[in-house]
Amino acid sequence: MKKHILTGTLTALLTLGGLSVPALAGPVDVVVENAWSRASIGMNRPGAAYMTISNTGDEPVTLIGLATPLAMMPEIHETKTNAEGVSSMSPAGEIVIAPGESIALEPGGLHAMLMRLQEPMTEGDTFPLTLLFDDGSEVTVEVPILSIAARGPED
Amino acid sequence: MQRRAILGYGAAGAGAVALMLFVGWWRVDGPGGPEPIGQRPVALTAMDFRLTDHEGNAVGPETLIGRPTMAFFGFTYCPDVCPTTLSDISGWLDDLGDEADEMNVVFITVDPERDTVETMAEYVGYFHPAIRGWTGPEEQIARVADGFHATYERVPTESGDYTMNHSASVFLFAASGRFVTMIDYHEPREFAVPKIRRALEEETEGAT
Ligand SMILES: [Cu+2]
Repeated sequence: MKKHILTGTLTALLTLGGLSVPALAGPVDVVVENAWSRASIGMNRPGAAYMTISNTGDEPVTLIGLATPLAMMPEIHETKTNAEGVSSMSPAGEIVIAPGESIALEPGGLHAMLMRLQEPMTEGDTFPLTLLFDDGSEVTVEVPILSIAARGPED
Repeated sequence: MQRRAILGYGAAGAGAVALMLFVGWWRVDGPGGPEPIGQRPVALTAMDFRLTDHEGNAVGPETLIGRPTMAFFGFTYCPDVCPTTLSDISGWLDDLGDEADEMNVVFITVDPERDTVETMAEYVGYFHPAIRGWTGPEEQIARVADGFHATYERVPTESGDYTMNHSASVFLFAASGRFVTMIDYHEPREFAVPKIRRALEEETEGAT
């Protein structure tokens, strides 16, 4: 009974807090730069997006996932190339970014893998990609879609 | 007493694990690791396979003899490594300019189930016009990979699809069909173009 009341109060507090948004908007201490992706051929193939994510705050931040209306299953992946030159990719899991550090999502390393596209990725368009952190905060970036043969954000 | 014995086993166990890890390292990465030379492809003249290029022409290793060749494996459903390799190669070909006209550049799929001739044609169309896309029956792809000492493997993904692990190096052959060298996936671009020139020069030396 007591517990129930407490929960109710918490919910109310959170709802009120939501109006002033500090908890629901992204941590101001994460900066995303140079986001880009490649155009897709149709919707059957997975897409990939790249960017640099910097933690400009004093506390470590933990990236736990992605969300986007463009793809049903967005996920951070890591490509690895072994000693025999064989490449493979797999989910990267949670990624901790230390204060003052950056992680690079770039070809051949980490990438935002966009599985089950909901629409084709068309060169010249952009799409929103939301980074989800373990403290419940989110950061959304608009990712430009470049040519299928693009090599980097400036292509 | 009993607890002591367990501790003792624990220590022995940890020692055994450490030894196993060491042996594993020695074999895989350490001085006992395989010599990269064992991974080199055989000469194109020693290969035997029949594929179809993206324009529907029958092709095989003999198609490549007479001009230097740059060849690599991939698949068109590959979101990261393959478009990057194709863009890198397109960039190297641009850097080489006219020299590149004298070269075969071949992208061989390891996913013939999805990469039909039409699919390959559409895909290579987005990259440098010199790049040819080759596909064929699964058992022929296996023969190509054998000749290159390349590997590939089908891996299911969480989305219910599958992806392919595959050799990501770019292989360079002289006009004679002799293997010259390879460009590893993470090699800086400034190393790649001189390596390609080496394959091109071998042709000139062979001709004189
Ligand atoms: Cu991926």
